[in-house]
Amino acid sequence: MEPAPGVDVPYLLDRGTWDRLVAHARSDFPYEVCGLLGRRPDGTLAHFPIDNADRSVTTYAMEPKQLLKAMREIEDEGYELAIYHSHTHTRAEPSATDIRLAAYPEATYLIVTLQDRDHPDVRAFHILDGAVTERPVVVTDQQVA
Amino acid sequence: MPTVRIPSVLRKHTDGAAKVTAAGGNVGEVLRAVTADHPGLEEQLFDGDSVRGFINVYVDDEDIRYVSGLDTPVERDSEVALMPAVAGGDG
Repeated sequence: MEPAPGVDVPYLLDRGTWDRLVAHARSDFPYEVCGLLGRRPDGTLAHFPIDNADRSVTTYAMEPKQLLKAMREIEDEGYELAIYHSHTHTRAEPSATDIRLAAYPEATYLIVTLQDRDHPDVRAFHILDGAVTERPVVVTDQQVA
Repeated sequence: MPTVRIPSVLRKHTDGAAKVTAAGGNVGEVLRAVTADHPGLEEQLFDGDSVRGFINVYVDDEDIRYVSGLDTPVERDSEVALMPAVAGGDG
């Protein structure tokens, strides 16, 4: 199988967005949180927090109307899509359910873990037809212009 | 005619088109018209007579599960949007 495009390319995450993802994950602990990121042509990231309709410790499902609104903006603007959610008690790796339900082969899937609440971590993956490939996350000091 | 917004993952079944038009007075009729024009979508969208559970369907931004399902009325200038759910979890 052909590797997903961009798998070897680091996912650049500016410090501010990294902080916002972790803050979002902490905001509803121990429940999982979720949302989308869209990378603009200039490299900066638009952040779309979306309610977890499951409000669960172990699952997430993006609230459909918020999902449509965010996804429409990302698609219409031609942004590069990333889908994130938090794991509050497990490592930042896709679970079997995450892999089975991954329906966006073009997306980068980001997982924020609070397993060690003092040392949160964010990792990135492509999930294509059940195959998971990690994409390195590089945290930058400022928004990429 | 109503417009149907096709998610990127399903565009291989619509020759890459992000939007298609299809006639119908309700969501069920519109989606059946779409799958008649693009047969590859049939299995992706439907499980028997029902839309697959992981496909969100909206008419003018309203989730049809909270309106009247496939009987939800569609106006001539409506947009029907299809969007795979984004979900996951441990286990």
